[in-house]
Amino acid sequence: MSLMPSLDLFLQPEIFLVWTSALKTFVILGVVLTMVAYSVWAERKVSAFIQDRIGPNRVGWAGLIQPVADGVKLLLKENFVPGGVNKFFFSIAPSLAMIPSILVLAVLPFGSSLFGVPMVIANLDIGVLWVFAVSSLGVYGIVLAGWASNSKYPFLGGIRSSSQMISYELSLGLSVVPVFMITGTLNLGEIVQYQVDNGWMVFPAWFQTGAGLRDMTTESGSMFGLDLGKTLLWIPMMISFVVFIIAMFAETNRIPFDLPEAEQELVGGYHTEYSSMRFALFFLGEYAAMIAGSGVIVTLFLGGWSLPFVPDGSQGWFWGLVNIGTFFAKIAAIIFFFLWVRWTLPRFRFDQLMKLGWYVFFEVALINIFLTAGILAYLQS
Amino acid sequence: MLTILFWAFSVLMLAAAIAVVVFRNPVNSAMSLVLSFLALAALFITLDAFFIGIIQVLVYAGAVMVLFLFIIMLLDLKAETRRRLNIAALAGGLAVLGGFAVLITQIIKSLPSSTDHFPTLARTGYSDGYEIGMTLFTDFNLPFQIIGVLLLVSTVGVVTLSRRSLR
Repeated sequence: MSLMPSLDLFLQPEIFLVWTSALKTFVILGVVLTMVAYSVWAERKVSAFIQDRIGPNRVGWAGLIQPVADGVKLLLKENFVPGGVNKFFFSIAPSLAMIPSILVLAVLPFGSSLFGVPMVIANLDIGVLWVFAVSSLGVYGIVLAGWASNSKYPFLGGIRSSSQMISYELSLGLSVVPVFMITGTLNLGEIVQYQVDNGWMVFPAWFQTGAGLRDMTTESGSMFGLDLGKTLLWIPMMISFVVFIIAMFAETNRIPFDLPEAEQELVGGYHTEYSSMRFALFFLGEYAAMIAGSGVIVTLFLGGWSLPFVPDGSQGWFWGLVNIGTFFAKIAAIIFFFLWVRWTLPRFRFDQLMKLGWYVFFEVALINIFLTAGILAYLQS
Repeated sequence: MLTILFWAFSVLMLAAAIAVVVFRNPVNSAMSLVLSFLALAALFITLDAFFIGIIQVLVYAGAVMVLFLFIIMLLDLKAETRRRLNIAALAGGLAVLGGFAVLITQIIKSLPSSTDHFPTLARTGYSDGYEIGMTLFTDFNLPFQIIGVLLLVSTVGVVTLSRRSLR
């Protein structure tokens, strides 16, 4: 009975919010960092499969303990600081590269709800802008690393990286505007809820309550609610999806857009002078950015935690867990796509990359906004 | 709690702003300015102005300062780092700053509305992004469009000026 007062304390609204948020933060951080470690393993396994090799298979079953071995190796290496570097920026740059991609996770709805607690760390009304704002800070880590190293190749890598990220941020931001025009909200949780009700952005065909747009109810209650509105809006959604996913490749410095660390031209790019755990932070930051980016893609276009004919967490904790599992399974699928592309396509040349960003994707994203506006105006008239 | 946050971020913002001027190395100054912008964004967010706070980060810290840093790194920093502090200029600057501060405080004190307490903003139940959109596109539609045309003109102007080989 002496437990009761303390339990009441834990259920007070403000304290409840604090400890559930802390719990969610720790769990998500743990899950994502594990995913980061195992996406490195997956990268090596997938590349091995694509190149008809075996890949890591010595440490643990199928090499599954390889990430632990890699981590221990990186921790135990000498943390060498070359002479002539700017020591302050040289030491904080790896953290600056890693932190933004972790911060993005704060606004992603990774599940519906569990025991009535919404499965998102911070339910911001401007969730998408938070994603863009925070990920735009990620470029500082790379630029400062390149500059502070006081060496030619890292410097060129840093300069390339900043121009690349600025160019592709435009198409990244513009390509998702049609999504907001259709859903009418910037809140990621509400965008997912819209997709639960109306079908995923890239695959709007089936769903229980097939009402068209939010403010024009057509034939609600049909199982295969594919009406004229959805079919027309599917065109700009696919364009958005393709532009967004390509811009995301550029933002996360993945092949075919990994010019900042093009080995043949720049040795290791911005992290040439780094060793040990500082190098590991850059390495992990790249994979964390990839996971966060996949999370955004899943949330905006692939229905987030939703699966057709699967209820949400209000129907019991089991379904809440299923929703969370669905979200991470979708992320894993997108990561596989990232890896697949990396080991299939060659790298672009730098001027081709910039031309593609400014002459093609920027315009396509802009035209797509007008196209969506036109379709919406036609549907509402 | 909000008061503590207000003072923490205000002090951080002002310290970073002073650091922008004090540092001799331009990269240090630029990064201090970024820190100052981030603290300012945090101040906006403590006022529930999420949209403005995030746009502050997105536009200034995320885009403008990256370009600044980009240019600074391409320039030669050595000359700027070697420049010594000019005592006379510093004293003059502080004198002008102090006089201006006294002037401003006197003017504000003499205003009749200086002691008024403004009512807190009414909550409408919509997000602040929605509110800003509604205000811009209904009440201030014409000024908004004029600003849009101005920005277009300046963009065209920049493109024209940067094309050196124009015949």
